[in-house]
Amino acid sequence: MTATATSPAPSKPATPDWAALRADFPILNEVVNGNPLIYFDNGATSQKPKQVLAAIQNYYEHENANVHRGIHELSNRATEAYENARQRTAQFLNARDKSEIIFTRGTTEGINLVAATWALDHLKPGATILISELEHHSNLVPWQMVAKRTGAKLAYIPVTGDEGTLDLNRLDRMAADGVKILSITHISNSMGVVNPVAEICSKARAQGVVTVIDAAQSAGHLPIDVQAIGCDFLAFSSHKICGPTGMGVLYGRKEVLKDLSPYQGGGEMISKVEYFNTVYNVPPHRFEAGTPHIAGAVGLHAALDYLDAIGRDRIFAHDQELAEYAAAKLSEFKGIRIFGPKQGRAGLVSFVFSNAHALDIATMVDQKGVALRAGHHCNQPLMAKLGVPATLRASFYFYNTKAEVDRFIEILHKVQKLFL
Amino acid sequence: MSITIEELVENFELLGDWEERYGYLIELGKKLPGLPEAEKTEANRVHGCQAMVWMKMMPSTTKPGAFIILADSDAFIVRGLIAVLQLIFNDRTPEEILKADAKAHLLKLGLDRHLSPTRKNGLFAMVERIKVLAQEKLVAAN
Repeated sequence: MTATATSPAPSKPATPDWAALRADFPILNEVVNGNPLIYFDNGATSQKPKQVLAAIQNYYEHENANVHRGIHELSNRATEAYENARQRTAQFLNARDKSEIIFTRGTTEGINLVAATWALDHLKPGATILISELEHHSNLVPWQMVAKRTGAKLAYIPVTGDEGTLDLNRLDRMAADGVKILSITHISNSMGVVNPVAEICSKARAQGVVTVIDAAQSAGHLPIDVQAIGCDFLAFSSHKICGPTGMGVLYGRKEVLKDLSPYQGGGEMISKVEYFNTVYNVPPHRFEAGTPHIAGAVGLHAALDYLDAIGRDRIFAHDQELAEYAAAKLSEFKGIRIFGPKQGRAGLVSFVFSNAHALDIATMVDQKGVALRAGHHCNQPLMAKLGVPATLRASFYFYNTKAEVDRFIEILHKVQKLFL
Repeated sequence: MSITIEELVENFELLGDWEERYGYLIELGKKLPGLPEAEKTEANRVHGCQAMVWMKMMPSTTKPGAFIILADSDAFIVRGLIAVLQLIFNDRTPEEILKADAKAHLLKLGLDRHLSPTRKNGLFAMVERIKVLAQEKLVAAN
């Protein structure tokens, strides 16, 4: 399949040595319940390479101070490290300017920031917020909350079935439906569908609709170019792409950020404060009240360097190949129902068995060292629509191997027999 | 089941590892009579479990003044845990149920240490519901 909005891949040496990359992740050598760990829960969070851990350690050993405030040397080093991370992130997303990069706690905070600023600034009773039936709770609940506060309506792009693809016909009449903002996931965390975000944003832009992309499952998994996608906002989390937890990114197109109300009040986000009035700072600082997660930004920077040294196009091809391989092997099981597109799935597979609960299977494969996600995946309305209480999900990253998939399938065959 | 909770603890100790113990819980779960579909109502739902759980308390057919637990789940391991709780609480009076130290038994089985925090919450949510149902029976009797 073609990944949407792919920037031209820089020339790199031959295929990466995937096995050698595994050596960068000490945690992959863990023994779990007496068995070698097989970590297939990358959709929830990724593991961290030594390079990222070293960057964080180095920051605290040599550069730690508060940013943007001090006159002293360490503060200058910390500020430089933090702002370099912003510049690197802008480059990672092909943003035009580093002022378009707001650091957050994660995807969830990024979406909540847009809901608390742009949506409260612009939505009036009768306006429509459009999202899809695929959305993670973090791209659903904030919009329910803002709809209640503003009197706006919430509408959904429907999912068509077990493949999880969206019925995009609805996008042609957004203006007529009073849609003001469209927030949609790039890759579905439970179905593995890759949405055509560039096409979606192009239709939205033509109808004057502001767009938000939830890139939690896509950033760090495939090349992302915010200019080619043409979105107004895009949010992702550091922890899902080899960086530390508690760190995230919200890209905002500078024309949209320029007049946006602040998010939280405090230090850093101001340019002048009087007892009864404040002049706010310019973006991105206007949206970063308080001391930020400086070490998180440093770790994220190292993670982005690490991923780009491999090549995100290659990571995507690798993860897709594993997911398709796993889906093919899984389809040989009796009584299995596999979700997601037949072709072009991202690097994850969701499935259920007719004779055993997802929680039972996940518990038993954990006894053999396999980490799977079992549950509603923060997709309760979608699970209800599909008529399943929970699914199992195996989600892959570049350090996973075909041998791990084979071992997992072997374990699953044994486990499934317990429920016959 | 025709064994006691003490015998169950012994069986559990004989099983080598947790894989076998879970296998045993799954077998117990398969044998659990469960509830008819019509009883799987919102009123009988036990919240706080990741899997679906329904539970009710009925008079014992063998012991006057005592009660039994009838419960069901969509997950086999949870059904197995229900079977364990039945061994602890079935055929007891509401006073005995309220006094029973379920945690001590579960401690002997090692379930408190081995279950994941979410699963443990679910198990204790079931124990809590049993106590609430016993309290209701006690109030109704007085």
